[in-house]
Amino acid sequence: MVLSAALFIVGVVGVMIRRNIIIIFMSIELILNAVNINLVAYSSQQQNVVGQVFAVFVIAVAAAEAAVGLGIILAFYRNKETVNIDEMNLMRW
Amino acid sequence: MAESIAFYTIAAFILGFAVLVVTTRDTVHSVLFLVVDFLFVAALYVLLGAQFLAAIQILVYAGGIVVLYLFVVMLVNLKRPPEEYRDPRRRSVLGFGLSAAVLAELGLIAFWSRLNPAPPLAASAAAALPVTGNTEQVGWLLYTSYLIPFEIASMLLLVAMIGAIVLAKREL
Amino acid sequence: MIDVFVIPLLKVVIVLNATLVGVTYMVLLERKVIAWAQSRLGPMRVGPYGILQPVADAVKLMLKEDITPTRADKWVFTAAPIISMVPALIVYAVIPFGDRIHLFGRDISLYITDINVGLLYIVSVASVGVYGIILAGYASNSKFPLLASLRASAQLISYEVAVTLTLVSVILMAGTLSMVGIVRAQESSHMWFGFVQPLAFAIFFIGGLAETNRAPFDLPEAEQELTGGFHTEYSGMRFALFFLAEYANMIVVSSVATTLFLGGWLRPFPNVAALSFLGIIPGWMWFLIKSFIFLYVFIWVRATLPRYRYDQLMNIGWKVLIPLAIANLVVTGIIRVALL
Repeated sequence: MVLSAALFIVGVVGVMIRRNIIIIFMSIELILNAVNINLVAYSSQQQNVVGQVFAVFVIAVAAAEAAVGLGIILAFYRNKETVNIDEMNLMRW
Repeated sequence: MAESIAFYTIAAFILGFAVLVVTTRDTVHSVLFLVVDFLFVAALYVLLGAQFLAAIQILVYAGGIVVLYLFVVMLVNLKRPPEEYRDPRRRSVLGFGLSAAVLAELGLIAFWSRLNPAPPLAASAAAALPVTGNTEQVGWLLYTSYLIPFEIASMLLLVAMIGAIVLAKREL
Repeated sequence: MIDVFVIPLLKVVIVLNATLVGVTYMVLLERKVIAWAQSRLGPMRVGPYGILQPVADAVKLMLKEDITPTRADKWVFTAAPIISMVPALIVYAVIPFGDRIHLFGRDISLYITDINVGLLYIVSVASVGVYGIILAGYASNSKFPLLASLRASAQLISYEVAVTLTLVSVILMAGTLSMVGIVRAQESSHMWFGFVQPLAFAIFFIGGLAETNRAPFDLPEAEQELTGGFHTEYSGMRFALFFLAEYANMIVVSSVATTLFLGGWLRPFPNVAALSFLGIIPGWMWFLIKSFIFLYVFIWVRATLPRYRYDQLMNIGWKVLIPLAIANLVVTGIIRVALL
């Protein structure tokens, strides 16, 4: 459990201090993995596979989110030629 | 005894590679460290007795999602050099501070729950399933008790697939 | 003590050595068979009938100069052939070569291990093998290998989906994910799965051709296209590793197809007592014979069929094989439930 908390922290720090949006997405994957580790740890402690079932759903959702997110990045990159998140401000002037 | 050693070794590797993922300058190296991280997480799952989940983790996460990331990184890296200087507007101090606050909060919760142990969960959670074997149990639960989330997850994947195709097309 | 450590270690050593020797002789076999198909003789000079040709090839590749492109990423450049070779070798941990045998008073099982998610392990290791190709193209730091590697890996991950779907229908028939369990299911139902699931067999074979970048799907690495594909910048031992990894993948696909569809170590028609004289040939010999038939068909197809263009290739993968595999899966599911 401490491991999953620490991994979660690393992911959150990664989301906040990097500018490259792809690395931000990968830090989000780290966060999701931390959650999964937590789920599996409790599932093995309680001798119950419900935790693993939920972890399977988390992986499925992570896959969907990665696909759509990367699609958005690619579409954005085609317009503005940058992956720097500070420059992705189409909604400001 | 050997299990604790294995656990701490794998945990150290997972955290080490995670820190490397977040701090490396070069994006491609970062993605590679992420792959290795996921492989170690799969090893941890095997240690915890979740073999089906470990195989799914390697198959979907390390073998599918990160390949996707690698593709996008290469398509984006074809023209640009690696990241330059650190932007002074970025508030890294605030980021570290907030993360430390979250960590402190989690630590407090863990400490408090160790002092006041909660009553054990009801026995219904550990009801015996009619099949044995890790994969069979996961499958049984997926198809009987958790059928509706299963169907919703498949709808979600279908929608994500269509969305990704639409987003990546050159002309609509 | 001995049972836990020494015997599996011995098995690993034997299997790895056999695989590596087999892979190098695959190269010779391919050159010979293609030569005979083209009415010529193939390598004949080195040793009697060219038997020692792989030794000559190995010596040549090891003595070649090891060139690294100047601005290439050193770590990734070195790691890519290793990442390509390792998954091809570690799959052998779960392939059953035969049933138990008696040696020196011990009952030794002829597989290294039997994990209860064996088939899933094989599929996941195959999906990690894609990284070697992507990284090889990237690390070469030049346009042609990068584009060729992106094409090759796109081809690989597309056909992975179709192959995995056919494997799911095999799992439906066998009811278990472990490789030994699948062979025993074929034993108990007295019918190889290749006859029960002919469509899955065909799709698996075509997908296996595409997964290992073999003709007629070898556009990304053909010599006439894109100046040699993703391993253009590699020379010497590293190129040898890529080359061997491809043949090792081929042998892996043959072994897996043998186990899943042709009954592993079972003799033909296990329940017909009239053919029990075939029982003289031990199980692992049957396994080798069936794998060899597969390998021969691989080489035969390469010598015969012309190469597919890349868009035709992706077309087949996504629009033909995947719907067929899904239809097969649905029909298998319905029949399995109906005949339960």
